[in-house]
Amino acid sequence: MLARHFLADVARLVAALPAGDHVLNVCSDRYRFTVGLAASLVARKVSLLPSTHTPEVIRQLTRFAPDAFCLTDDAGCDIDLPRLFYSERIAHSQATEDRQLWAVPTFDSDQLAAYVFTSGSTGTPLPYKKTWGRLLRCVHDGASRLGLLDGRPHTIVGTVPPQHMYGFESSVLLALQTGSALCAEKPFYPADICRVLAAAPRPRVLISTPVHMRALLAAEVVLPETDLIVSATAPLSRELAREVEEKFSTQLLEIYGSTETGQIATRRTARTDEWQLWPGVSLTLKEGQAWAQGGHVEQPTPMCDVLELTQGDRFLLHGRMADLVNIAGKRSSLAYLNHQLNSIQGVVDGTFFFPDESHASATGVTRVAAFVVAPTLDAATLTDELRRRVDPVFLPRPLLFVDRLPRNDTGKLPQESLRALAARHLRPTS
Amino acid sequence: MPDNASPVRQPAPPASSTDLEREVADLIVQALNLDIAAAEIAPEMPLYGEGLGLDSIDILEIALVVSKQYGIQLRADSEENEHIFRSLRHLSDYINAHRTK
Repeated sequence: MLARHFLADVARLVAALPAGDHVLNVCSDRYRFTVGLAASLVARKVSLLPSTHTPEVIRQLTRFAPDAFCLTDDAGCDIDLPRLFYSERIAHSQATEDRQLWAVPTFDSDQLAAYVFTSGSTGTPLPYKKTWGRLLRCVHDGASRLGLLDGRPHTIVGTVPPQHMYGFESSVLLALQTGSALCAEKPFYPADICRVLAAAPRPRVLISTPVHMRALLAAEVVLPETDLIVSATAPLSRELAREVEEKFSTQLLEIYGSTETGQIATRRTARTDEWQLWPGVSLTLKEGQAWAQGGHVEQPTPMCDVLELTQGDRFLLHGRMADLVNIAGKRSSLAYLNHQLNSIQGVVDGTFFFPDESHASATGVTRVAAFVVAPTLDAATLTDELRRRVDPVFLPRPLLFVDRLPRNDTGKLPQESLRALAARHLRPTS
Repeated sequence: MPDNASPVRQPAPPASSTDLEREVADLIVQALNLDIAAAEIAPEMPLYGEGLGLDSIDILEIALVVSKQYGIQLRADSEENEHIFRSLRHLSDYINAHRTK
């Protein structure tokens, strides 16, 4: 696909966009997503990037932006918004390309490009504004750290969806910013990743996650030579990073960031535990909590992880704050999940519980469990209700019915009591 | 796969597909640490969504044990892929037809 075809596709989609000013772009094909993003920018519409598309989140989005519409490339999409189907009639039509369409559009740096959302703790997602200028600065500084500004044309292959903040920054925007080629596919199985990589011209970059790294290693496949592997969404251990680098004869760089700030640091995990902040970004400690500011970060922002500042622009990551849950890159908070669980009719009391890593699966994923007091509900009904409210990765496994929760005199649920309850009911993975 | 066309296939499939279904159900329960018995997974129950409730991470986990146990590398681009995870029976049939060990 050449740039002029892309620009022609963008122009055609701009003409087809409905009136609303907010776009929920759920195209799973990375090329179509990128055309959708560019067309939205040209039409001065704002992209909405929630972390999941459950009916409850869509309802909340509608309250946030009543004029929102959905751009989809899936004919079976059932998202409850006015839908524009990205058909091949819009895309890839070749014949009448007008030369004037080839001009690359430019956007003001303060144009509002997107809203991203965190789950918040009260049940309502919190929006964060992303201007085009800050997004590009973030991606440009990242590209420099990843060594992608050496003038060579790279090809980017991503295993993460383009709507996820990491996939948005590190595949879609990275390609637009560095002039790299972007692979439209989102390979899933280890054999798919190998096939797509082998077809991508070098130098090629794999944008991936710890889950896919572990799957690639465990599947005992031969990875085609890859010039750089990038990982984010959850920290990699140094052992795993070394194994990936050795087995695949490549360099692995890890990115650290948050929904609120975007990406802010990198490290070569096989060699060091220390993260290095991107140019211009700094961290300061306020009452034990690290705040990021400067560079592309819009305003001083508290980080939701426990960070230790070491020297200069370096820091160590000591895990997430107790309330936060991260399952394969999907983030939520226990407070949010508990709120959703307890809002279900028939639930008398209930709490989610995040087990320790002895419960992790072969791809390193640990699921949440839940304890619930709901004498009138069965597991299937309760799970169906939860499925409408939270992303499927947070569906409790196991969901355990109990007569009462171990609340203390003040009504609180001490972590030790929950851990003891869990120890009686959960078994570690073999 | 070319070797599937061969009249003499090695090794022989198990005596009945139901045995294989139970074996695969066991693998799924172990790999995903599900808190149900393997026998509770009915052969026609959907694995995704409202049936067993598996998601894409689970499918990746199952793909790993299937590759280890039966020597099959699953691919999303093969035509059968969307049918494979429709139910335990579909998955078992696919394994039966493509296993190399």
